[in-house]
Amino acid sequence: MADRTILKLTETLAEKIRAHGAETYPHECCGALLGREATGAPGVLTGGELQAHRTVAELFPLVNRRDDSPRNRFSVTSEDVRDAEKAATGRELEVIGWYHSHPDHPAKPSDYDRDHAWPWYSYVIVSVADGKPREMTSWRLCDDRSQFVSEDVAVCDPAAS
Amino acid sequence: MPVKVIIPTPLRAYAGKREFAEFNATTVGQALTSLTSEFADLRKHLFTEDGKLRSFVNVYVNDEDIRYLSKENTPIKDGDTISIVPSIAGGADPGPSEIRKLQ
Repeated sequence: MADRTILKLTETLAEKIRAHGAETYPHECCGALLGREATGAPGVLTGGELQAHRTVAELFPLVNRRDDSPRNRFSVTSEDVRDAEKAATGRELEVIGWYHSHPDHPAKPSDYDRDHAWPWYSYVIVSVADGKPREMTSWRLCDDRSQFVSEDVAVCDPAAS
Repeated sequence: MPVKVIIPTPLRAYAGKREFAEFNATTVGQALTSLTSEFADLRKHLFTEDGKLRSFVNVYVNDEDIRYLSKENTPIKDGDTISIVPSIAGGADPGPSEIRKLQ
């Protein structure tokens, strides 16, 4: 993994994630990020660091399967994952990550998030306070599973993406 | 003809960027052991420290979830395809159950 990674998405997609979090408040929302890794150059140099980047092209909103504790937990079944992968493949994209909301909690991964995370995927978290979406962050699990590393979220207009 | 093990995208970096690997095995457990012997870096992502499959790791033989078969003892035959499929979970801490545990 490069020193720093960047997740690029349009303002429209960022707003859809925020809106999903507001819609399901006080429950957690969840969904898949469909997109692609940057092709060609392995990354861009910014401030002397290699920055690998990937771009979200579409969202695949999902239903939170954690009926027992939806305010502070979300779950995506393997069948949902397969559906998201099929949707991505049909659009010549791949599942590059997942998003979920933290109702009335900061947009920082919890120990529970880390314990259940996969490497490589981008994990976008949007904080929703009193029903209003706030900060949005993205994280990637490090190779030894010991911690999440934050990645830059670059929200840009479609012409620049 | 060996069995094919499909490696999910997030784990391919730990398996030489391969989409699948092939092994001679008669049970799912044997195939997974062969997989993690060849690609040792996969082990911590698939298994807990005490050697159990992680709860969010799902294994299918062809299209059947091994949880509904004989789990890791599920027999396999030449030509079968084993798929490792993620499930995704998370959420804000602390949960009510965690709070109760702390009290």
